[in-house]
Amino acid sequence: MPEVRLRKTLITVEEIYHEGGPPPATPLFRAAALAVIENPFAGRYVADIAHFMEPLNPLGAALAATLIARLGGAARVEGYGKGAIVGTAGEVEHGALWHAPGGYAMRGLLPNPAAIVPSTKKVGAPGTTLDVPLSHITASYVRSHFDAMEVSVADAPRAGEMVLVLVMSTGPRIHNRAGGLAAQDMIGKDGLR
Amino acid sequence: MSAKIRKILVTVEETHREMDRAILPPTRKAVAGAVIENPFAGVFVEDLTPLMDIGAELGALLGARCVAALGIPPAAAESYGKSAMVGEAGELEHAAAILHPKLGAPLRKAVEKGAALVASTKKMGSPGQVLDVPLGHKDAAYVRSHFDGMEVRLSDAPRAGEILVAVAVTDSGRPLPRVGGPTQEEARGKTG
Repeated sequence: MPEVRLRKTLITVEEIYHEGGPPPATPLFRAAALAVIENPFAGRYVADIAHFMEPLNPLGAALAATLIARLGGAARVEGYGKGAIVGTAGEVEHGALWHAPGGYAMRGLLPNPAAIVPSTKKVGAPGTTLDVPLSHITASYVRSHFDAMEVSVADAPRAGEMVLVLVMSTGPRIHNRAGGLAAQDMIGKDGLR
Repeated sequence: MSAKIRKILVTVEETHREMDRAILPPTRKAVAGAVIENPFAGVFVEDLTPLMDIGAELGALLGARCVAALGIPPAAAESYGKSAMVGEAGELEHAAAILHPKLGAPLRKAVEKGAALVASTKKMGSPGQVLDVPLGHKDAAYVRSHFDGMEVRLSDAPRAGEILVAVAVTDSGRPLPRVGGPTQEEARGKTG
């Protein structure tokens, strides 16, 4: 089984005070954790890749714990998302290996994470940006929490690498007023509403 | 006049491996950026003193944010740099007013001391543009192992009437330095 070979990590925290409207009492925090790892399947077609998910579990747990710490604790996290950028010697299927380890790492550390973790992935060169979706951790249809965070690493992914991403947010969009299901009205059972 | 801050971004980058060699301990760099309203967007103003005062405020704030993000005592900071990108309704001189007269002293306080010039860059720009913050050793500008840089980029800033101001601080040099020159150990840190 290939090991996870980590080249670098980036942890970004964004504090948003306003966007031209009245500043809410508490700013919105969005944070992203990025890990640049070697793609053990780069450069050739490998049929059996699913075994590489298990070694990614500790990495997912570490990134999720870092995000929670940076945001002030699990109780403050209201939104999450995940993504991957696969270097050009790999295929998008390699990025799909992040779904289970990345998603369950966050869900394992957050209260009532009934909602699916939204995700996106692509193949790209160093510096490629990825818009990682964010939605509410308990009920996917909570409209105020639909958001995204753009991430990139200037020197990654190199051809034989992957950038694996987790994102979390502490609340709704800063001036949310587009209606829909509100967080205080969610039922919190089926992950949707 | 104090800075009207719309958002703050803090990023920490750790390099664990390069060219298949382990970097032990990992090199670590932080950049903190503030998106502020440009009080002089769209008008020519002769006296830029208010921007100089904003520079002092942000030198302290962003320097402290970098040190906190790295989780180090201020004295453990090894290199620093500063940059500004002015949105299209401003002028390059606004960046100069923020960066040069007053930002350095409070930044040096945030990293405990710093005898060396704080390396800088400035540019006009738009949302999503990359700002490269240069890095140099804080106590001796000629320490070659610490010449480096760090990117900062926000998809939504600077808008036309905004300025992105960034400070970078590290607790280390490049991952695999081997181009010679004065070393950190040789630097006495007195003259800069």
